[in-house]
Amino acid sequence: MSRLPLQQTAELRAKYPDIFHRPAASRLATPAAALTAFAVFIFGLVDLDFSPTRFVSGLRELGWISMMMIPPDPGSSLPLYLKALGETLSIALLGTTLAALLALPVGLFAARNVIPSQLLRFPVRRFFDSIRGVDTLIWALVWINVVGLGPFAGVLAITVSDFGAFGKLFSEAIEAADQRQVEGVRASGGSKLHEIRFGLLPQVLPVIAGQVLYFIESNTRSASIIGIVGAGGIGLQLAEQIRVLEWQKVSFLVLMILVAVAVIDFISGKLRFAIIGRRAAA
Amino acid sequence: MTSAVALLPYQQLAALNEAYRKAVSRRRLRVALAAAVFVAALAIAAFGAEVNLKTFFSYLGNFVSYFDRILKLDDGSRVWTNLGEWFWGWRKWLKLLGETLLISYVGTLTGAIFAFVLNFLAAENTSSSRTLRFAVRRILEFARTVPGIVFALIFVIAFGLGPMAGVLAVAIHSTGALGKQFSEIVENADMKPVEGVRSTGAGWMSCMRFAVLPQVIAGYASYALLRFEINVRESSVMGFVGAGGIGQELVVAIRKFYYSDVSAILVMIVVTVFIIDISTGWLRGRLFGRDART
Repeated sequence: MSRLPLQQTAELRAKYPDIFHRPAASRLATPAAALTAFAVFIFGLVDLDFSPTRFVSGLRELGWISMMMIPPDPGSSLPLYLKALGETLSIALLGTTLAALLALPVGLFAARNVIPSQLLRFPVRRFFDSIRGVDTLIWALVWINVVGLGPFAGVLAITVSDFGAFGKLFSEAIEAADQRQVEGVRASGGSKLHEIRFGLLPQVLPVIAGQVLYFIESNTRSASIIGIVGAGGIGLQLAEQIRVLEWQKVSFLVLMILVAVAVIDFISGKLRFAIIGRRAAA
Repeated sequence: MTSAVALLPYQQLAALNEAYRKAVSRRRLRVALAAAVFVAALAIAAFGAEVNLKTFFSYLGNFVSYFDRILKLDDGSRVWTNLGEWFWGWRKWLKLLGETLLISYVGTLTGAIFAFVLNFLAAENTSSSRTLRFAVRRILEFARTVPGIVFALIFVIAFGLGPMAGVLAVAIHSTGALGKQFSEIVENADMKPVEGVRSTGAGWMSCMRFAVLPQVIAGYASYALLRFEINVRESSVMGFVGAGGIGQELVVAIRKFYYSDVSAILVMIVVTVFIIDISTGWLRGRLFGRDART
């Protein structure tokens, strides 16, 4: 390879000073950020009581537990577990549906093209955000205090926490809708309600249906753990069996959850493709 | 304004109308059928989840009054009239919140490192062997499908009570989730640079380092920040099962009906989540331009 003549390099240097003489600040930024991140990481390890001996003995314990888990075996409680799994699926389906039904009208109020007033929109948005900031398990605990132990508290917990997520997603979907159809309805003399019904909803509903189906899958996972705090479903059995160290039953329950989630994932994926087409869903 | 609209001759119109009606009625029938199936599923679900509308409506008042109660101090006045009394335990709670943040930070970073190591093996275009790819993918799937709190429950028994179990649970779950997202970015990467590097005689490692990594690193960072945000929320409940953080304090307050404490801790969690949301959003915007924010 031939080298560039010296004169030409000098010319290049003069032309692109940023590349040949990057200021120290910009050169050091990346290593400094990496070093800070690493320092916080080490501080975290120390602060959270990580010790190698504890880690190794824990790993040994974990290995022993995994050995105990094989083979998965429900013992004589299979009917009980199947019923709990059915409860979990019911909680997921009902919670998601209720949340979607509640969030649709409220989502309209958070969308820029429906409610132009920033003053009205802002509190609705923040309201959704604060609901989303609280985890489903916390909502489950709150609802247990209100309606008592059992799956009903789980349904309400999923409803509330999804309400926050759906409100945000729906309002974003509505904002992304094509404004021209709404204008068309208005031009033909439609009222505000007609605009929403005939201009907005036909565009938005398939998107929303896709999101709801997607959430049913992730809610199956949430619904399988809210039992840990007593809100019904398979989580209750799982937490109990872990506490009494029945590892074969634990692994069986985990397997049941995995299979259920996979099946729901498959079904909801098929339905999503059917509704919004293969390309849009991917 | 008058305008003339040319009407089609009657027979032609009738034929078109007929076809339109047929098409619409078929679609309507399908929608009605789907709706019927859905409602039936809901009814079965309602039965399975022991939904009782009567209890719901009689308890709905409780829900409202619960929020009324958690916003009252012991002496009956509203919480915001006496902030010092409301947030009486702020030192302890702030420390626990800090612990929650550290759990999610250490967990996310560990998960991101593992995901980084594994994702090249899981991506279609960079993985060197089919069996290896299959195995790595199944491991990632397992790690992301089992809920984090289930891992936490098991780790609490193996590693003892405390934040260490929470960190490991967050780390495993993040490995699964990030591993999938990372490998999807890699699959979308341009393969021409890889061919270029390979043509110079470089091995697999060098191909990854010099051809793939520069394309994907920004996406990795963006997803990792997003995951951190999600994990903050998740580690706020790790304490429910004894795996450290603010959750322990919250579950005690809820179970023992320390009403004003519940609202104080919830407010602190929500504010923390807001701050993390906004700052990671800002960071992603600064690092990767405005597009990466959403």
